[in-house]
Amino acid sequence: MKNKFIENFAKGVFLTSAIMSIIAILLMCVFIFAGGIPFIKEYGFKNFLLGTEWKPSDYPPSFGILPMILGSVYVTLGAIIIGVPIGLLTAIYLAKFSDKKIYRFLKPGINLMAGIPSIVYGFFALVVIVPFIRDMFGGTGMNIITASLLLGIMILPTVISMSEAAIRAVPNSYYEGSIALGATHEKAIFSVVVPAAKSGIISSIILAIGRAIGETMAVILVAGNQARMPAGLTKGVRTLTTNIVIEMAYAAEQHREALIATAAVLFIFILIINGVFLVVKRRANN
Amino acid sequence: MSKFLRYAVKFAAFITFGMLFFIIAYILVRGIPNLRPELFQLEYTTENVSLFPAMVTTLMLVFLTLLVATPIGIFTGFYLVEYAKKGNRLVEVIRIATETLSGIPSIVYGLFGMLFFVIYLNFQYSLLAGTLTVGIMVLPLIIRATEEALLAVDNSLREGSYALGAGKLYTIFKIVLPAAMPGILSGVILSIGRIVGETAALMFTLGTATKIPEGLFSSGRTLALHMYVLSTEGMHVNESYATGVILLAVVLIINYISTKLSNKLAKGNGND
Repeated sequence: MKNKFIENFAKGVFLTSAIMSIIAILLMCVFIFAGGIPFIKEYGFKNFLLGTEWKPSDYPPSFGILPMILGSVYVTLGAIIIGVPIGLLTAIYLAKFSDKKIYRFLKPGINLMAGIPSIVYGFFALVVIVPFIRDMFGGTGMNIITASLLLGIMILPTVISMSEAAIRAVPNSYYEGSIALGATHEKAIFSVVVPAAKSGIISSIILAIGRAIGETMAVILVAGNQARMPAGLTKGVRTLTTNIVIEMAYAAEQHREALIATAAVLFIFILIINGVFLVVKRRANN
Repeated sequence: MSKFLRYAVKFAAFITFGMLFFIIAYILVRGIPNLRPELFQLEYTTENVSLFPAMVTTLMLVFLTLLVATPIGIFTGFYLVEYAKKGNRLVEVIRIATETLSGIPSIVYGLFGMLFFVIYLNFQYSLLAGTLTVGIMVLPLIIRATEEALLAVDNSLREGSYALGAGKLYTIFKIVLPAAMPGILSGVILSIGRIVGETAALMFTLGTATKIPEGLFSSGRTLALHMYVLSTEGMHVNESYATGVILLAVVLIINYISTKLSNKLAKGNGND
């Protein structure tokens, strides 16, 4: 009798723990959206999302976040253009070209890369990439290119480890069949094995997009953070994430609500990206 | 063409690992000479820019977060693997919830932590608010590690235990858990790395006070936050390098341990 009670009690504890994640995500939705949506309604959906002016201290203030949406999109696009080719080729190298001895040494390197805190990446970019870009293009050196380079480096471990796993998961018979038909090692890999790993590679890119859009503290240090419409690759830019951090410390009332609303927009972007990721991954597994 | 492709992959790998090496070497070379003894004084002043309080705060935060998140994460793993039946709807929902959680950027966690823990529950900027915020953040990591580790445990171990008359709970804690321990541990260790490196989620929950927190309701700053504040102020570049060295050292140690653990796991599975 007593044993039965303990068994059931434990099961209850485990179930409660399991439900915590659901509660957490629901609470996050409630608090972010409840804090942001009333403001968006009041200020006007279109004015907020498509407004090109962010001037919270003007009278009357304007809270258009289109500059930040575009800022996030541009640096993310830049990161993908830089990070995905290098990451994918590195993944192919790790999966198919490196011998075991080197691999055992390199693989922990990718994990290490994923483990380096974003503030360290950001600081490195501040002291190395920013001066370099400044010398090359003039200006402050804090601009879309710098932020893209930084984010391109930061998404590498995500792209590499997931793509590598996807490439390794392709049955060896694909490779062997292609070799038997007279293809070279490289040809077999690039025309048969890698295309077969397509959905895994695509999901790694989607995940990388999520990482790049969500990155905050590293980007803040190198993007320049000017709240105006992006004016060119060598001009400073502000993203959705950095907008929140820069102004949250002193924002009050309407301004604060506008920042929470910014987070709500970011959150929706992320939920969409996550949703696409889950769908692609499910499809890849089936 | 073949030759070109071969060079392309090697070149890409060279860039990736060269960059990694360069980043680490650069921070270490510039930072180690800056690890002056004043940086380790008990109290922070604007003169000594001591990072010691931040070190202690980081340790406190890591300890408290693991205290909260590890049991919840492991218990969730127990439920998902040992109790839930296949095709259970709840399991599907929990899985989507944890996968979504792991994709949410830390700034959103930070803002949520501020709105919920700091303001709604009135914890103020505090160790407690920081702990709970980061706790939710590392939960998916621990859950996934536990799940994978439990799934890797051979079913014959469970059956053997039942056959000897042991109950379910006894079997889980005495037979399955020890076998799954290395996998779970590597998840916990990765979580430590996440907590140590976190900034955006802590800025508006833990706050950035420069002293060691006196209690759960007192603010502080972790090493990563300390480095962020120093970097934005731009007046203490040398101290930023020094803080970077310590962060990197922590990350290197954590990665070393988790690599060792996963090698051990791979070997253990090979013997089965």
